[in-house]
Amino acid sequence: MQNQRTETPLLETRGLTKIFGSLRACDGIDLAIAPGEIHALLGENGAGKSTLVKMLFGVLDPSAGEILWKGKPVRIGSPGEARATGVGMVFQHFSLFEALTVAENIALALDGKVAIDRISEEARRLSLEYGLPLDPSAHVADLSVGERQRIEIVRSLLQNPELIILDEPTSVLTPQEADKLFETLAKLKAEGRSVLYISHRLEEVQRICDRATVLRHGKVTGACDPRQETPSSLARMMVGGEVAEISGAGLGEPGEVLVEVRKLSAPARTPFAVALRDVDLTVRAGEVIAIAGVAGNGQSELFDVLSGEVTVSDADSLRIADVPAGRLGITARRLMGCSFVPEERHGHAAVPNMNLSGNLVLSRYASDREAFLTGGWLGLISSGPVAAATKRISAAMDVRKSLEDPPAGSLSGGNLQKFIVGRELDRQPRVLVVNQPTWGVDAGAASRIRQALVDLAKSGSAVIVISQDLDEVFEIASSISVINEGQLSKPEPASSMTRERIGLLMGGFHDGTGHGTETAEAAHAH
Amino acid sequence: MDIAQNILLTIMTAATPLLIAAIGELVVERSGVLNLGVEGMMVIGAVCGFAATILTGSPWLGMLAAIAAGAVASLLFGVLTLSLAANQVATGLSLTLLGLGLSGMIGESFVGSAGIKLASLDIPVLSDIPLIGRLIFGQDPIFYLSLILTGGVAWFLFRTRAGLTLRAIGDNHASAHALGINVLKIRYLAVMFGGACAGLAGAHLSLVYTPQWVENMTAGRGWIALALVVFASWRPWRVLGGAYLFGAVSIGQLHAQALGFGIPSQFLSALPYVATIVVLVIISRDRRLTLMNTPASLGQPFVPDR
Repeated sequence: MQNQRTETPLLETRGLTKIFGSLRACDGIDLAIAPGEIHALLGENGAGKSTLVKMLFGVLDPSAGEILWKGKPVRIGSPGEARATGVGMVFQHFSLFEALTVAENIALALDGKVAIDRISEEARRLSLEYGLPLDPSAHVADLSVGERQRIEIVRSLLQNPELIILDEPTSVLTPQEADKLFETLAKLKAEGRSVLYISHRLEEVQRICDRATVLRHGKVTGACDPRQETPSSLARMMVGGEVAEISGAGLGEPGEVLVEVRKLSAPARTPFAVALRDVDLTVRAGEVIAIAGVAGNGQSELFDVLSGEVTVSDADSLRIADVPAGRLGITARRLMGCSFVPEERHGHAAVPNMNLSGNLVLSRYASDREAFLTGGWLGLISSGPVAAATKRISAAMDVRKSLEDPPAGSLSGGNLQKFIVGRELDRQPRVLVVNQPTWGVDAGAASRIRQALVDLAKSGSAVIVISQDLDEVFEIASSISVINEGQLSKPEPASSMTRERIGLLMGGFHDGTGHGTETAEAAHAH
Repeated sequence: MDIAQNILLTIMTAATPLLIAAIGELVVERSGVLNLGVEGMMVIGAVCGFAATILTGSPWLGMLAAIAAGAVASLLFGVLTLSLAANQVATGLSLTLLGLGLSGMIGESFVGSAGIKLASLDIPVLSDIPLIGRLIFGQDPIFYLSLILTGGVAWFLFRTRAGLTLRAIGDNHASAHALGINVLKIRYLAVMFGGACAGLAGAHLSLVYTPQWVENMTAGRGWIALALVVFASWRPWRVLGGAYLFGAVSIGQLHAQALGFGIPSQFLSALPYVATIVVLVIISRDRRLTLMNTPASLGQPFVPDR
């Protein structure tokens, strides 16, 4: 490793800058990637990682600075030019076409005039060589997220790149799938290719990366050998301070049953959705149940059924505080003391163009009718109490904003999420259902939200957290259940649960039978 | 014998403009653009084709003029919705209104002029074969062009690389851009192909179907073409089936009205629309297949971030 630093770097940036309006997303970035190394790019959400790699891949034009390829300045004006130079990219949000087949998706990324059937063969051969099996004739819409990522990787490998950029590749994988990916990366490295590995997961960066560059607020705040660092020293570079530990102490004995789901099934509403099958779940007062799982296994469908966005025909299959609730709508469930925080902040949990007080009234006009509305059936909004509540929520959750009552869409993701969670917590709900509470939220805000969820359970409410973030699951849950292809595993106490066990459950291995995986493969076979 | 042949001929003639306009719009929508201006482009094509035929004396030049006029009208739509990212629904509706008004103005001096019919192909001997002779070998050139267009578009979309690129843009324009595909350029080409087809469909009305110019002579055929595309799940051969079904029922109901079965004429006039929609809904009841064929970015403006 030491002698590589004296070689000409494969790719180098000098003072690379990107300005969006008043925001300096990347500010004078210096980065050097040596041939044959796995280089980590670390940073919080919004640190500028994605902007940086988009410039390297020609999707965005730099505002200033230069990019050097093998010591020579280059201008990468488009993804096509990036590929011609020798840069391949695997996107975080997949750039795949759902309605097309695997082979067609791969063909689109290749410039040559290769026939589709030859691409199928080539893709099959290459995918087996790197241990990433793929069926070229399958439609992308039918594939799991892990399989979709394989397409992206195989697609970039077909162009024989010297540098492969991977943007948060493990955020959508099970631990076992991630291990497979690491083997593939080691193979690429052995072939002399370089990898730029973007992540905010310190453990895996320490495991596989030779060097790391850390970004914060668009600037490089450190360059190091991650193996010489501790997780906390890396975290300090990323966050610029200490991150508060969540205290789960004080979660007492669970009380009465507040949510009881029995044999709940719901058909898939679109070809891209997942059907829920025989879901059983019991949540008691004072409990935090976390539902782990890889994206796209029925999380949003389960949330919709719990919140009442989608009702089920059998009212008895979902009981809230011992009342059959399967056919009740969202407002009726809110009136029973439930609160819901959906995954998508913009347009689902909040209306981006309305200000915070308006968003507050929208979700609580029925449950807090006496506080927020006057004029009887006219339902006039009492602006005084609404403004006071907005202020109270913002203070309680430390929502940072430039105006007293700004439009929801003008807040950063973390601040808006704090407000949305705070808006529901402010009611002191008896039951809270949250989907992906800290997705795309910085570490400071995430720890605040997680603490608030734990505190709510401590005060005697039932909390259901649907999350793909295993660190979060272990931090806050009293019991953990795993969702896989619309089926929910039996909740197990967090204290006896291991990551390996969760990984197996994510792959459909219930009690070691492997039943779920077999049906999955059978479903893909035709 | 002759009656059956004549009925079949009129059905084919009625279906051809619908088929051509719908095939053009299918390509436009497969690229993710919704152009509701088909009716307007068709009527502009009809009047320009008629006017050029009168002025030059050649219906062939008239046909070319109609194609060019449709393409120019669609280019206006393209500049507004693609380069300026205007709302596609509003722009398309405006294009229809513009087309109806503009064609009335251009065509004012041609109302009542005797047109020149685009001559039918008459292959000697073959077209004299009883029953099928005239149906297969004695039609107008635009009829043959419509079949070539349908087959050509089906082949292009599902067998060529350029067709794959077009479908990819319709499915996810942001991903296509990230792959380095020039989204706007391909959408421009698709929109202009759609305009050219609408123009040609208009030319069929004013040069073949009824060789004269009457204001508003498209009479809603552009809207039917639009509906055919959707109900045919964006698949070319289904569009052909839908167009012929519509043609068959509309000719059939005319004969039924003439014979007078005591069925209210309003009901019979509505029958082609009802029958076409019902049949196409039934064959596209496989929701999975329909969703797979629906261009996911249909109607959404694309503004590349740079």
